[in-house]
Amino acid sequence: MVEADEVLDTSGLSCPMPVLKAKKAMEKLSPGKVLKIIATDRGSVGDIPAWAKNNGYELVDRGEENGKFIFYVKKPE
Amino acid sequence: MAEEKKKKKMCIIVSKGTLDAAYPPLILASTAASMDWEVHLFFTFYGLDIINKKKNKSLKVAPIANPAMPMPVPNIIGMLPGMTAMATMMMKRMMKKGNVPSIEELINMCREMGVRFYGCQMTMDVMGISEEDLIPVDACLGAAGYLDIASDADVNLFI
Repeated sequence: MVEADEVLDTSGLSCPMPVLKAKKAMEKLSPGKVLKIIATDRGSVGDIPAWAKNNGYELVDRGEENGKFIFYVKKPE
Repeated sequence: MAEEKKKKKMCIIVSKGTLDAAYPPLILASTAASMDWEVHLFFTFYGLDIINKKKNKSLKVAPIANPAMPMPVPNIIGMLPGMTAMATMMMKRMMKKGNVPSIEELINMCREMGVRFYGCQMTMDVMGISEEDLIPVDACLGAAGYLDIASDADVNLFI
């Protein structure tokens, strides 16, 4: 499993909040670091990968934990 | 050396001023901005209410002639005084329960992320709205000014 440098929990939030919060979190992140995003919004399954691609972030891993969607997004060096 | 990729661009004409119609353009705009897109919103006709300081905190959804209400209201009931206020309250409550941000919050997030806002000059003149009535906008434009901005957008929408 990928090591996360920061964690963002968006549990309970609906579209478009997970990507808006993720954007802010990524801006604070240093290049090369990985943000773990936790979401319960079903739309985030497609939204987070699309959001990452458009920003030029790398989706290094994804999965599910306790019924929540997990994404590991890396900020490019 | 890799060339700097041109940002994607979206332009939306926002023409409706009801509570339900205010959500889609603002959700799309804030989301696109979070995806590093350049976003322009052109508020025209009733859409201006969304950025009108005197009106944008009291946008409403009407149950009359609206068969899509979550709890359908017969038109003859929807006509009664107070029904619009009730439908509006129900919708606001529903959005809050779903943890969807309010219109005001979405506007603030759009502005924070650099979404460009424009007022339609013609509508403002016809309806007697001045720029001071609006939340800060980037410009008040006519149709040609807007089309010039929209002409090279990747996504163009009319809502």
